[in-house]
Amino acid sequence: MWWSALSLALKEIRRNLLRSGLTMLGIIIGVAAVITMVTMGNGTTAKITAQIENLGSNMLILRPGQRFLRGSRAAAKPLDLSDSEALRRELSSISAAAAITNRPMSIIYGNTNWTTSVTGMENDYVVVRNWAISAGRNITDGEQRAGAPACLLGETVRRELFSYQDAIGETIRLGKIACEVIGILTSKGQSTMGSDQDDVVLIPLRAHWRLISGGQNVSHIYLSGRDGVDTNKARRDIELLMRERRHIGAGDEDDFNVIDMKEITKTMTGTTEVMTSLLGAVAAVSLVVGGIGIMNIMLVSVTERTREIGIRLAIGALEREVQRQFLVEAVVLSSVGGMIGIGLALVASYFIAAAINIPLILDGSIILLAFFFSALVGVVFGYFPARKAARLDPIEALRHE
Amino acid sequence: MIKLQRLNKVYGKGAAAVEALRDVNLSINEGEFVAMMGPSGSGKSTCMNILGCLDTPNSGHYLFQDTPVEDMSRNQRALLRRHFIGFVFQGFNLLARTTALENVELPLVYRRIPRAQRHAQARSALASVGLEGREHHTPAELSGGQQQRVAIARALVTQPSVLLADEPTGNLDSARGHEIMELLSKLNREQDITIIMVTHEADIAAYAQRVIHFLDGRIQPEQGN
Ligand SMILES: Nc1ncnc2c1ncn2[C@@H]1O[C@H](COP(=O)(O)OP(=O)(O)OP(=O)(O)O)[C@@H](O)[C@H]1O
Ligand SMILES: [Mg+2]
Repeated sequence: MWWSALSLALKEIRRNLLRSGLTMLGIIIGVAAVITMVTMGNGTTAKITAQIENLGSNMLILRPGQRFLRGSRAAAKPLDLSDSEALRRELSSISAAAAITNRPMSIIYGNTNWTTSVTGMENDYVVVRNWAISAGRNITDGEQRAGAPACLLGETVRRELFSYQDAIGETIRLGKIACEVIGILTSKGQSTMGSDQDDVVLIPLRAHWRLISGGQNVSHIYLSGRDGVDTNKARRDIELLMRERRHIGAGDEDDFNVIDMKEITKTMTGTTEVMTSLLGAVAAVSLVVGGIGIMNIMLVSVTERTREIGIRLAIGALEREVQRQFLVEAVVLSSVGGMIGIGLALVASYFIAAAINIPLILDGSIILLAFFFSALVGVVFGYFPARKAARLDPIEALRHE
Repeated sequence: MIKLQRLNKVYGKGAAAVEALRDVNLSINEGEFVAMMGPSGSGKSTCMNILGCLDTPNSGHYLFQDTPVEDMSRNQRALLRRHFIGFVFQGFNLLARTTALENVELPLVYRRIPRAQRHAQARSALASVGLEGREHHTPAELSGGQQQRVAIARALVTQPSVLLADEPTGNLDSARGHEIMELLSKLNREQDITIIMVTHEADIAAYAQRVIHFLDGRIQPEQGN
């Protein structure tokens, strides 16, 4: 009986193809919108997460000054090399720590020049930032201690200065200082914030001090939390140690701050997740509107087919059989609409993901959910018209014209 | 098999009320062939609708095989129609945009007859009313008389115990009308189907064993013949 109700429903839908199509439109758009929104949201979240992990896993950044700048940052006591040594030595929750300092400079090779930031750093910096060497070698501890003029180039700098030439072993000038290129860093691309992570020149911290900045300045200390240790714990450890080293009294505020990249990841992905749910919810409303469209058409259909219902009842159809017929018709309409909507969403997601350059992450459970929801819409909004049809008085229905 | 006791049916209310049936008493035995006659508006169709369990009287009793129909639920009455009654409506009441074959199959669908058997039964019912070759025509593509014969085939296809036919020959030429009456007589004789038929034509009514005359909602006393 279910089977014959189904074939009857399909026949009825085919008989009014245009109207059925228009009826389904609401559901098609609703389902397509929900799936597309969620897919786009998931893709964006995944992209942001990937980008932040690319910055350096478990990365924490220590810098002088209060987190929310009140007064002048310059007033805060600067960091120094002993801080990074102490952090490395004393905290088991930290696996690497590197003091760095920056200065924007003009880099010259032959008659090409390129302006970028030259970073003086301890060797752990390469580890913390998750960099790999694509050509040449890393800076050695010996070069680090001696402050040797050896440098690592980011991919952007290499391309600008050397293009297709081999850079390893060549000497470039950082302002007036000559420096040997000993290695190239693998490309990391743009960061989430849009800056080019490959536009860097790294040299030993002591070389920076001795040849470029001329002091013993440390602007930031980059740290890696040890794998398997909660970065929150690493952060608390850093804060405790730094308060002690900087003699901050019990009631006083920190005059330094620690940025946890995990937190930033969470905040950013949290935002996109909220956006995803919000857009999904808005799209779900359109599904409900689609359902009302189905109810509307089914009610029209019941009125239009009053005579047919009368004939069926007169011939011996039970209330529940007539009800089932109309309910099945509504559910078929809405779930066929749902399937078309899914197809549409897949196509739309594919093209939009390609256009805005995010990964296409199809969530099977959302697709399934959207489909079941569309079928449910058919049940809910088909119920009332079906009930109305089944309750008709046969003799009244037969007289209807 | 069928008993009506002091049946009353009133349409409308107050000044506009029409007493379509007044104190109707009627008893029909199994296997009888009964004709109902009477002027237009005398209550014949109203009576047929009540006999077919489609309509309910305002007062009185209707016993179908000794069971009071007024005590049945809507679904029970539907099942009674499905399994025992074949009804030829005065206005045919065929499904529009649906072929003759599908129309005739419809009661079999609700009886859960398998598809192949359904087709065969419906075809032979259509053939018995002289409509072979018209199986795939929709009512809009059939003449009034052909539609009427589809309606008869639909009522007969289930081999009901009671056939209620409201002017089954109203749209037919007299030759066709007599063919149909021969068919009904044969079914009545051979399969013991009880037939109640409304007609305005005396020569059609002559096929029946008994004629009931309606006048203003009342049954006239039978003049024995
Ligand atoms: N639905 C209705 N509402 C109001 N009055 C009705 C209704 N149906 C029938 N009537 C009235 O009831 C009376 C009996 O009608 P019925 O249809 O039974 O007549 P009939 O004997 O079948 O006539 P005909 O030979 O023309 O078919 C008529 O006066 C008619 O006007
Ligand atoms: Mg009549």
